[in-house]
Amino acid sequence: MKIIKVIVTELCVASLLLVWSMEAPAVEKAADNYRTYCTQCHGLQGNGKGINVRDMSVQPRDHSDAQEMSARSDDDIFKVIKEGGVAINKSVLMPPWGDVLSDEEIHGLVAHLREMCQCSYGK
Amino acid sequence: MRLIKLWIAAIMLVGSSIAGAADGVAILNAQCSDCHNLTGPAPATLQELWSRKGPDLFYAGNKYKAAWLEAWLQKPVRIRPAGMFFADHVKPGADGDEIDAATLTAHPALFAPESNAVTAALMALKGNPDLITGGAYTQGNLSLSSGEMLFDKFKGCLACHEIEPGYGGLSGPEVFTAAQRLQEDWLVSFLRNPHAWDPMVFMPNKHLNDADIRKIIDYFRLLSEEVAQ
Repeated sequence: MKIIKVIVTELCVASLLLVWSMEAPAVEKAADNYRTYCTQCHGLQGNGKGINVRDMSVQPRDHSDAQEMSARSDDDIFKVIKEGGVAINKSVLMPPWGDVLSDEEIHGLVAHLREMCQCSYGK
Repeated sequence: MRLIKLWIAAIMLVGSSIAGAADGVAILNAQCSDCHNLTGPAPATLQELWSRKGPDLFYAGNKYKAAWLEAWLQKPVRIRPAGMFFADHVKPGADGDEIDAATLTAHPALFAPESNAVTAALMALKGNPDLITGGAYTQGNLSLSSGEMLFDKFKGCLACHEIEPGYGGLSGPEVFTAAQRLQEDWLVSFLRNPHAWDPMVFMPNKHLNDADIRKIIDYFRLLSEEVAQ
């Protein structure tokens, strides 16, 4: 009887682990997320000159510009990635990415942007 | 005698239709499955997204219009200016990133009988049926300015999609052929939540309400009519 209980318990745990592993979305590397979601507008080199800018009414931010990037706090950058430009009174052309990126991934992107500009808030 | 002839004709018609569908499945499996996902699921990681060479087709029967498919397969033209995943087909240029045309490959063309058979086979692929609500789209009053303002300005969709040849963004598919290409009920579902269909896709969820979705689909129809003129 004890053996059966152990087997049933192990099966339950294994099932839970399987369900968890199937549902948990992968946490992607910041550089990979940047390439996939950001470069279409901000450019392969992060200079604000992606392939979509030709007919844009507002040009995307140059992520390599330390002066521009240091004017934004990490909280603002997190918010604009998650909720879009409108959330910080900027352009609607910057869309919200909170439905495809987790908070952890967005924090990773904020750190990645700080590496790209070699800057921090106010510096 | 006439009844027997009719009966034989009906059997031949059914037979040829079944044979056509069977041929289409064979062609799909032999010639299309290297570049298109025919069974699902959609990419769940970025690596899977990047390696995708053509659109997922496991829900083709819920997505495409048969008449468009059959014609396009005989005369395929590029729908995504920068290919399936833009970053693989873009290079830095003097004035910013530009499409690297040398990296893009043309879609093979089919003869009419093959196209007919493949279209029938594709229309039988009905993945994600739970995401589709039949009759979700009802045609609204044609108001170019309403949908145009939403798509081009208020929602910023123009940033990634061309609304006429040579005008608009390049990373997403053109939308001036969307009305001919895509089923309206699928568009309703996809525009409401793109990631329900394609979890990693680089299209943001703009949280459109039902009225906005309808206006945008109406706008697509008007764009198609303008391009056709």
